[in-house]
Amino acid sequence: MAGTLLATLTIPHLDYTAVLPEIILVGGALFIMLVTSLSRKSMGTASSMGWTVLAACVALGFSIYQWVGVTAHGGHGAYAAFAGSIAVDGFSSMVAVIVSSSVVVAALMEEGWLRRQGRVSPEMHMLTLVSAAGAILMAAANDLIVVFLGLEIMSIGLYVLAAYDYRRKESGEAALKYLILGGFSSAIFLYGIALTYGATGTTNLAGIASYLSKNILLHDGLLLAGMALLLVGLCFKVAAAPFHLWAPDVYQGSPSPATGYMAAVAKIGGFAALLRIFVSALGSYRADWQPAIWVIAAVTLVVGAVMALVQTDVKRMLAYSSINHAGFILLGVAAASTAGVSASLYYLFVYSFMVMGSFAVVSVVGGSSDDAHSLASYRGLHRRSPWLAWTLALMLIAQAGIPFTTGFMAKLEVLTASIGAHVTWLAVVAMVTAAVAAFFYLRVVLLMFSTAPAPSGVAPMDAIPAGVGAMSSAGAHRGTASYEDGGLSEVGEYLRVADTPADYPVEGMSFGFYAGDQGDQRKGMEGEDGGDGSEDLVLYGREMDGDMDGGGEAIYITPSVGVAMAICACFTVFFGIIPGPLTTMAHAATMLIR
Amino acid sequence: MTGFLAIHSSAIVATTLPDAVVFAVAALIILAGAVGVIVERNPVHSALGLVIALFGVALIFLLLKDDFLAAVQIIVYAGAIVVLFLFVIMFLGVDKREVIVRESLRGQRPLALALVLLAAVGILLLGAGAHYALGASSATGAATSQPGGEVAALGRSVFTTYLLPFEATAALFIIAILGAVVLTKGRGAPSEKRGEDGSAGDEPDDVSMSDGPGSSEDLEIGAGEQEGENGSGGEVGGVSTSVVRAPSATSQEVEE
Amino acid sequence: MTVSLQWYIGLSVVLFGMGALGLLIRRNVLVMYMCIELMLNAANIAFVAFAEKLNDIGGQAAVFFVLVVAAAEVVVGLGIVVAIFRRRPDATVDDLHMMKG
Repeated sequence: MAGTLLATLTIPHLDYTAVLPEIILVGGALFIMLVTSLSRKSMGTASSMGWTVLAACVALGFSIYQWVGVTAHGGHGAYAAFAGSIAVDGFSSMVAVIVSSSVVVAALMEEGWLRRQGRVSPEMHMLTLVSAAGAILMAAANDLIVVFLGLEIMSIGLYVLAAYDYRRKESGEAALKYLILGGFSSAIFLYGIALTYGATGTTNLAGIASYLSKNILLHDGLLLAGMALLLVGLCFKVAAAPFHLWAPDVYQGSPSPATGYMAAVAKIGGFAALLRIFVSALGSYRADWQPAIWVIAAVTLVVGAVMALVQTDVKRMLAYSSINHAGFILLGVAAASTAGVSASLYYLFVYSFMVMGSFAVVSVVGGSSDDAHSLASYRGLHRRSPWLAWTLALMLIAQAGIPFTTGFMAKLEVLTASIGAHVTWLAVVAMVTAAVAAFFYLRVVLLMFSTAPAPSGVAPMDAIPAGVGAMSSAGAHRGTASYEDGGLSEVGEYLRVADTPADYPVEGMSFGFYAGDQGDQRKGMEGEDGGDGSEDLVLYGREMDGDMDGGGEAIYITPSVGVAMAICACFTVFFGIIPGPLTTMAHAATMLIR
Repeated sequence: MTGFLAIHSSAIVATTLPDAVVFAVAALIILAGAVGVIVERNPVHSALGLVIALFGVALIFLLLKDDFLAAVQIIVYAGAIVVLFLFVIMFLGVDKREVIVRESLRGQRPLALALVLLAAVGILLLGAGAHYALGASSATGAATSQPGGEVAALGRSVFTTYLLPFEATAALFIIAILGAVVLTKGRGAPSEKRGEDGSAGDEPDDVSMSDGPGSSEDLEIGAGEQEGENGSGGEVGGVSTSVVRAPSATSQEVEE
Repeated sequence: MTVSLQWYIGLSVVLFGMGALGLLIRRNVLVMYMCIELMLNAANIAFVAFAEKLNDIGGQAAVFFVLVVAAAEVVVGLGIVVAIFRRRPDATVDDLHMMKG
């Protein structure tokens, strides 16, 4: 009996190169796990970070190699492997590139966070690696079951990462909320798979596409219901309105590096699945699902932009801003064209760096307890640590879509795709919300470069609590922002105003290093400082006092987080000025089934 | 073994009772259980309602001549998942007093009811006139036409068509075990720590930990101690492995 | 006398709706999690019913994977609940309410 069964069992060709990025990432996690469990001492944070970065870099290198093989003229081209359950095409390779590079940045941020927390926990890096493999699997999946499994692998890792901070009870509550609503959305998504399976007779995306192209369904109610549920399930995952309600709480409660990673990788995986399922497999039904995505995109854009305006917590603000970004990416999905797919991918690529760069800064500013996230703690950040302030400013400006950053090209691409698909009204809505969004991004930037709150008298506007009031406050300080060179106490500020030229932008940067930044940069910048140095040293002590009053503390940037910030900043600027390579890559990232 | 038994019970069900009756009974059981889960105020009773509903689902599987899945349903769901639920409920301890289900948002319940009813009616209306994919080319082959029956067909599909998802479950288990261990390892129960250093009044204050470098050092030492006495964490990890192994063990049976 | 597919799908939809309803109206996290299990089971019924009518093994394989996923998800979910409880030893199951919404 067993013999006859085995004889008829023809195991498909196991082409492990098709899933090698996933295998490398999971293998890296297993390696860390093995070393940790074999050695008496737990693996150090730095070494687990090193292995994670190494694994992610190897996966990144292989993904690029795979991408070249798929898209180059002499290459092997796109193909399906594992009995058609996975697709190796430009799309999946590019998502693998995006996710692997996100893991590099995330590993660096997490190292800094663990160090600030005084924890030795290589598990955080393992979870990051495995959940990244899930996200890549979602993008490469050519079968709804594989999409579901990838979604779960990714989500389970993110639930645990959200709960990682056991000192703050918000972290646990965020994890609970994420878990319940994530489980809810998974169940909805699964029910959508079941109905789609019933309507088309297969869960294979290629099978669905070919079935729908060969048959005209006279009664397509089941398929429509299935599509609706699939859409709702994935919109939950990417935090598109009106399914976004979990996002602000979860983003706020989770440890900052985990939030950054979550914001990047959950969106990448979710949107990759959305593009793969809807544009590729259900492309022939676009007339039915496009209007739904238009509406969701419009609501998401507006909700994200408007709600971000009234937030007083930077993490919540970034959560709503990421909802706004989700709306932009939905524009590319709704276009349902090759241009739309490549625009969405490009947006995801640059978005992951922008948002992770922002959260890298947020995690440093949050301090060792990772809870100083109110807008007030960003007031005068420039003085305390210009590196942080400039990096965050760059990230926010990029998110606002200012030219010469990657965000500009990303927005341009999705808007072009949307207009190309004749959905001009949605493009107009998107541009309006982009303007609104630019307002709250710049508000934070101005706040960081404004003077710190004076106890009394000097700047009455500063007394207004952060919040909506901070906008006007920051706006009012725009004029004075040019001479914010360190004066914090009343006396100091008066002195500064008195003896400082009104236009004082460059030196302001160097002053900030003395204002609480205890890193190595301080020594490095001492030479450049010139004549004002002595005066600043005098002011230094006083400023520190002021910082303590304001609830801030001396900001020390861990080298790893510094590297993470530098990677994000360089990426954003470099590919903002020279967008060619990325756009070329995105345009070549086509899907196997069209 | 259980699959074998299930086949027999299925045969009995199929030969002695008309399908409609079995379906009606199963549906009644499922809905009764589901109502129990939703309305019972005591979580233990909810868990029992869940068991009832899951048994009903297993009955539906039997009715659909899916004996293996019916057995797995009972073994994994009722046998492992619900037990895990009950374990956690008992571990955390249910309050003696009547549990009051609070409504956190005004008018949330009618809204939820309306939304869910709307969605359910919508799916039913859309699906009622719908025709499932008659004549869709079966990618994995017909279940009945293969040698060895359902179980063999399922096993064969898992090792051919669904080989990649089957291997992906390995990653799923890795991350589940990892997550369970991480979550329960942590700092451990504060009560144990209090017992150790004798400072019973010293509450585990979250805020004080974060202020100075000295207190964070304390915490590091505390974490190191916890790594050594990891007993209760391992307990839950053990539960997790036993749960997650259940399906793979059954799949090995399929292989044979 | 066979039961037509519509009945199975109807039962499945009702079960799914009840799971969703329970999730939305209950505040106890463990009960909410049980409601998710109900929803997954509703999907399982639909999968098996479709697989039977389509004479295709894919639906049953899907149920197989759903069982696996449910087990893994429950482990982590209950792990999070236990972890929260250990941070707040005075809490009981009844206190595990969601923050808001």
